[in-house]
Amino acid sequence: MTETTGSAIALRGIEKSFGPVLANRGADLDVAAGEIHALVGENGAGKSTLMRILSGMYGADAGTMMVNGRDVTGWTTSDAIAAGVGMVHQHFMLVPTLTVAENVVLGSEITRGPVLDRAAAEEAVRALSARTGLAVPPDRLVADLSVGEAQRVEILKTLYRGATILILDEPTAVLSPPEVRELWQVLRSLRDAGGTVVLITHKLDEVIDVSDAITVMRQGRTVARMPTRGATPQAIARAMVGRDVALALDADLAGPVSSGGAVSPGAAGTLLEVRTLCVAGTRRAALVDEVSFGIEPGEILGIAGVEGNGQTELVEAIAGLRHATGAILLGGRDLVGASVRERGDAGLSHIPEDRHERGLVLDYSVAENLILGQQHRFTRGPTLDMDRVLAHARTLIGAYDIRPTDPALPARALSGGNQQKIVVAREMARDFKVLLAAQPTRGVDVGAIEFIHARLREARDQGKAVLLVSADLSEVLALADRVAVMYGGRIVAVLPRGEATPDTVGPLMTGAERAA
Amino acid sequence: MTSDPMLQPVGEAPSIAATASAEKRVSRRTALEEAIIPPLVALLLAAVVGDALILSFGQSPGAVYKLLLDGTWGNAYGFGQVLYKATTLTFTGLAVGLGLRAGLFNIGAESQLAAGGFVAALAGLLLPAGIPALLCLPVYLLAAALGGGVVGAVPGVLKARFGAHEVIVTIMLNFVVLALLNYLVSAKLHVPDTLHTPELKSGALPRLSDLASPFHGSAANATILLAIATAIVLGWYLFRTRRGFELRSVGLQPAAAEYAGVHVAGVTWRALAVSGAIAGLGGLNYVLGYKHYYEEGFATGAGFLGIAVALVGRSHPAGIVVAALLFATLSQGGLAVNALVPKQMVDVLQAVVILAVATSVPEVRRLLRDARAGGLGR
Repeated sequence: MTETTGSAIALRGIEKSFGPVLANRGADLDVAAGEIHALVGENGAGKSTLMRILSGMYGADAGTMMVNGRDVTGWTTSDAIAAGVGMVHQHFMLVPTLTVAENVVLGSEITRGPVLDRAAAEEAVRALSARTGLAVPPDRLVADLSVGEAQRVEILKTLYRGATILILDEPTAVLSPPEVRELWQVLRSLRDAGGTVVLITHKLDEVIDVSDAITVMRQGRTVARMPTRGATPQAIARAMVGRDVALALDADLAGPVSSGGAVSPGAAGTLLEVRTLCVAGTRRAALVDEVSFGIEPGEILGIAGVEGNGQTELVEAIAGLRHATGAILLGGRDLVGASVRERGDAGLSHIPEDRHERGLVLDYSVAENLILGQQHRFTRGPTLDMDRVLAHARTLIGAYDIRPTDPALPARALSGGNQQKIVVAREMARDFKVLLAAQPTRGVDVGAIEFIHARLREARDQGKAVLLVSADLSEVLALADRVAVMYGGRIVAVLPRGEATPDTVGPLMTGAERAA
Repeated sequence: MTSDPMLQPVGEAPSIAATASAEKRVSRRTALEEAIIPPLVALLLAAVVGDALILSFGQSPGAVYKLLLDGTWGNAYGFGQVLYKATTLTFTGLAVGLGLRAGLFNIGAESQLAAGGFVAALAGLLLPAGIPALLCLPVYLLAAALGGGVVGAVPGVLKARFGAHEVIVTIMLNFVVLALLNYLVSAKLHVPDTLHTPELKSGALPRLSDLASPFHGSAANATILLAIATAIVLGWYLFRTRRGFELRSVGLQPAAAEYAGVHVAGVTWRALAVSGAIAGLGGLNYVLGYKHYYEEGFATGAGFLGIAVALVGRSHPAGIVVAALLFATLSQGGLAVNALVPKQMVDVLQAVVILAVATSVPEVRRLLRDARAGGLGR
């Protein structure tokens, strides 16, 4: 059997540096033809870099690459596409104003004379959909698709170009559980048809679910390769981090540690209360539609939902970044109409979902980013008191284990996990009563997830109110004392911890039981 | 008790503070290196292109460059002219640079400069004669800043309130404001048979030639001190104050600035208003320091050249002062070398400097960083 399957990908000793940063320092990867191969590792472990080298986007500094037995060291993206290697990126690269079919054929259009043959393109997409199970209406505009559908278009586009080796970079970050299951089916059928899949992911349950073999990277090197059968999440996590970690999914660790319990509403009075909050959309119906809830001291309210159902707008409205109507009561004071700074001074802390756009000024130093939003507390007359800013940075860098430890380094130079630690450190080290945590562990490695989860629980145990929004259902279920499900801008259900499981919450997230 | 290890960090505190200030020094030196070395490399590149140009005219580069230097930095008059031109360019460069730091492209320095000069000249007509210059100065400063500031505030408010793009609005305002000023001067305020207003009655600033006679004939005057002071204050504001921290964050990442509680629309219109005010102050160089009246087209092109000065100076006040001197030297030198090569050759050289800076600076900076990282590694 091994004779016939053979090796699809063999990378040896790949090295790649970006200035002073060594992204790959001797990485190896062996993928057999016809398998689903999971590539896992912490943030900054060099997984995405390695895959971009494989797909020809970057040239390696050293090392050799073999694809289907052929030496392809130093090839270009067009070489890679011609050889059937296709990558689906974390951020979609689609033209929203074109149709599904137009997007799929873009770059290799079917033409009749000088004109695009739209009917033939749609027919080709339909045929490809039927063959792979990736169903998307070919004549719809990409702008009108859901995130899951857009991702299917990305995969179709890659397959249309003849990819037999498919690389997926964190494909499930934006999907609901049913969509994830559909994706797994598609990947399995691709594999059964002889295709090879490399899956970059952070989520260990996915690795166990779908992959045939696993490669673990740490600090730019390959540290382990194992068949999935027989591998445990604990063993994979240990290889990723280099030590034992407490996984969020361990139920015994997830339970509320607080004596308060705080599950029964109205017991201790609410710290944050939101009443009939509405955020108007530009064209369609309200983005947030009459949302009401309360969070008590010592409680984590988790918001589950597929991304794009109003969670982003809800958090931004509470934080003062988006115009809203209704009432937002923090300790009895109505914050609607208050400025961002006034809300912060009233005790609102906010970990924003997009750290690159909102949470950090990437060209500012770590020290400067650690006072972002609190710059008015670090002044001496009109100037910033840089001695105090630096002292503050040193304390937080130590307490939150931000690496590298140089406070003068620009935030841009840090890995994703350490960047997120800057945001978390800044928002949790200040004096606050209510914490808005939006996607607090997105794109963050296992070690940092464990750390951030511990901080969130700590905040709860100190009697703070925490609003946790996450696209990762397992994270919501692991941390929240109550789970609210958002769909179409509304809260469609609120479940106590005991009743919230993937099976009860999953269908609610897709709107399946909304009518019921 | 004294040997308790828990007490040790207290003893270490001074050394931590020492490393902090050492690190601050290193990062400041790094920033300075990155601000200065890349433009110098660009200048070298431009000189090479200049050599080729000069050779194509059948002249020797050495002779032309010598003439250029002799006519500018080589004699008091030429140097005075360089200082005079650099003064105006410093103001317009700082104006554009402040806008860029806030993420705004102010193309309107040309008309803001003229408006500042015009309003200052108006103030000079209203002030009675015989008031000491030192007492008049605040009035002139206010008038010039007001003139330029209002012209700058218009695109600022339009952007903050309605999202109108500042590039379009400032370009169009250049036409409107310059036409309006020309009308006011030629129809209402001019001295017969001229295109300028009557002279100020009091408050003119001393010329450099009043202090040192070799500068006789050159336009250099005390406004240069004002330009240097403005650069220093702007540098302090941008890099030391909380408001400057907030302004730069708006320029780098508006969404993050908004998140940090900065009122982005407010910063936008204020930055454009202050940018206009700084350009307006540049009008004093001519009106208060040189001719003592407003004349149509007194500094044509200085506003647009300010964009090049700000870009070459990397929007850093120190870099802008150096770039202003460079462009002033080239502009004055063009007159000096006219005998050997066409004056337009120097215009081409200016363009080459801008192109060389735009293309080589990021690359040189990357090389610098690589070298530094390599040095640390070893």
